[in-house]
Amino acid sequence: MKWARRAVLAVLGLYFLLPLVAMLDFSTRGRGGVRDLSAWRAIGQDSELLHAILVSVELAVLTAVLMLVLLVPTMTWVHLRLPRMKRLIEALCLLPLVIPAIVLVVGIASLYSWVTYFLGDSPLTLTFVYVVLVLPYAYRAIESGLTAVDVRTLSEAARSLGASWPTVMLRVVLPNVRAAVLSAGLLAVALVLGEYTIASLLNFTTLQVDVALLGKRNAEISIAVSLAALVFAFALLLGISLVAGRRRSARAVEPLAPSAAQPLASSGAPA
Amino acid sequence: MSERDGVAVDLTGLHRSYGGVPALDGLDLHVQAGEFVSLLGPSGCGKTTALRILAGLETADEGQVRVGGKDLTQVPANRRDMGMVFQAYSLFPHLTALDNVAFGLRLRKVSTSDRRRQAGEVLELVGLGSQAGKYPHQMSGGQQQRVALARALAIRPQVLLLDEPLSALDAKVRVQLREEIRRLQTELGITTLFVTHDQEEALAISDRVGVMSQGRLEQLDSPATVYQRPATPFVAEFVGVTNSFSGTVDGAGVLLPGGVRLPAAVVQGLPDRSPVRVLVRPDALHLRAGDGVLRGSVVTHSFLGPVTRLSVKLAEADLPVRVDLPSERAHEFPVASQVGLDVEPTAALLARS
Repeated sequence: MKWARRAVLAVLGLYFLLPLVAMLDFSTRGRGGVRDLSAWRAIGQDSELLHAILVSVELAVLTAVLMLVLLVPTMTWVHLRLPRMKRLIEALCLLPLVIPAIVLVVGIASLYSWVTYFLGDSPLTLTFVYVVLVLPYAYRAIESGLTAVDVRTLSEAARSLGASWPTVMLRVVLPNVRAAVLSAGLLAVALVLGEYTIASLLNFTTLQVDVALLGKRNAEISIAVSLAALVFAFALLLGISLVAGRRRSARAVEPLAPSAAQPLASSGAPA
Repeated sequence: MSERDGVAVDLTGLHRSYGGVPALDGLDLHVQAGEFVSLLGPSGCGKTTALRILAGLETADEGQVRVGGKDLTQVPANRRDMGMVFQAYSLFPHLTALDNVAFGLRLRKVSTSDRRRQAGEVLELVGLGSQAGKYPHQMSGGQQQRVALARALAIRPQVLLLDEPLSALDAKVRVQLREEIRRLQTELGITTLFVTHDQEEALAISDRVGVMSQGRLEQLDSPATVYQRPATPFVAEFVGVTNSFSGTVDGAGVLLPGGVRLPAAVVQGLPDRSPVRVLVRPDALHLRAGDGVLRGSVVTHSFLGPVTRLSVKLAEADLPVRVDLPSERAHEFPVASQVGLDVEPTAALLARS
C-alpha cells in the first residue's frame, strides 16, 4: 500500500504546487523569454505595497495578541468555575463561522463609524472585527489544549501552594496549553494575512486589498506578492502542524508501570 | 526539614449544599495539633467537600474554619499555607520533579540555590532524590504521588491535606506509600487530615478516624474504638464486615425468626419482644463441627490470606452469615459441610429497633 500512499501524496502535491509553480513562472517571466526578477524587486520599491504589508503584519500581530488575551483567560475561567457556560461560550465563539463576511460588514459598518470617531481611521482598528473573525478557529485550538490537561486540578494544586490567579495563569495554565495557544495565534495570523472582504468593504488598505488593486495595474508584481504571502501562510501552517506533532509525541511517551516505583527510601530521611 | 509543632484545626457548623442537595450538614470537627485524622465515608458523604473547604478551594454556605486559632473562613486558598495532595495526578507536566517541588518555594521568593537545595532535600525524604530531573510523564503513578507529597511538604505547611491520594495506585504501592505518609507525618509532627473511602487505609495509619455520613460526623475516635465500639449503626455497618441479625428481644438475647435464641448482651435492658437488630463481626463467630447456638451449611470459601471467610447458610433462619477463621483451619469445614456456630454474648455490637 506504500505506493498508493505515495501516489496520493504525489497527486495532492501536484494539485497544490502547480498553481504556485505557475505563479512563480508568471512573476519571473521577462521579455523575450528571459527569466527576470524585476517584479520581485519591485515589491521592495512600491511604498504603498510596503505600507500595506506593514499594516497587515501589525493587524495580524494585534489580532493574535488581543484574541489570546481575551480568549485564554475567559476559556480557562469557564473550564474552572463556570463549566455550565461552556456551551454558550462555544456557540458564541463559533457564530462568526456561519455569518457570511458581507453580513458581518453590513452589521458592523455603522458600528465602525463610532470606532472611527473615537479611535481615528487607522486600518489597525480592523483588529476588533478580525478578533471576532478568528474566534471560531482560535476557540477550537485553545479548547483542545484545555481539555488535554486537567486544568482544574493543576490550578487547585498551584493555589494551595500559594499561587495567585495571575500566577496560576502565567506559570501553570499557559505553559501547559502553550502548543494550543501557539496554534491559535498562528491561525489568527494566517487568517488576517489572507483576509480581503472586510478590509475592502470597510475601505481599508491591507495587503490583500493592495494586491487586488495592484493586479489591475501590474499583474506580475501582484502575483509575486500573492505567491510570497501564500508561501508565508504555508510556512505558518507547517509550523502549526510541527508544534502539534511535537505535542502529540511528547504525550505519547508511555508512563512506567506502577510496579516500577522506586522502593520507598528510609535512608534519606532524617532521624 | 525539621520537626515542628503542628496547629489545631477546628471546623465548626459547616454547611454546604450543591443545587439544594446538602453535602455538609453542620459538620463539627476538631483536630488536635500534630494529629493525623482520617475522614472516612462512602461517596457523597461530604468528606472531600470538608477537606476542600478547609483548603479554601470551596466556600462554606455557613460555618467557620479555624486553624491555629485563626479564623481562615474568608481567607483565599493561596494564603492558607496548607499543603495538599490530590486524588488525580496533579504534578505540573511542564516541570521536572525538582521544579515541581520547588514551585511553592519559588512563590515564597526563596533564592534559586536555596530552593533547589530544599526541594532536593524533600525529594530525598520521599525517596526520589535520584528522580529529580524527570518529568511527570516519565514517572510511575506512585512516584508522581510521592513527588506531589514532597511538593506539599516543601512549603512547610501548617496543615497537610490528603484527598484520597492513594486511590489511583495499585495495592502494593498503596500500602507502601501510606506507611511512608504516616512516617513522615510522625517525624514532622504536622497536623494532617486524610480523606479516604478505604477503611483499611484509615484504620491503619490514623490517630483518630472520623466516619461521615450524609454530611455529618457519625463518630470520631481511635481506629480501635471505631471498629470495636461503633457509636451508630451506620459506623458499625460501614467499618468492617458485619452480619446482621433481626429478631425480637428475649432477655439478654435475640429471638430469631426460626426460633433460635442468639445471645447478645447489648440488648439487655430493652423491653422483651421489641424488634431489634444486632450486628456481629465475622471474627466473633466461632465455627465447630456439630451443633452450636446456630446451625448451617458452608456455601463458599473466600481465601483472604491469613484468614479465610466462609459463607454459611443458617438452617434456622435461611440467612447467609460470614465467618472468618484462620486459613490453616479452613480445610476442616469444606463446602457443603454441616457446621455449628457459637456467638460470644458480648460480641454483638449494637442493637436498634
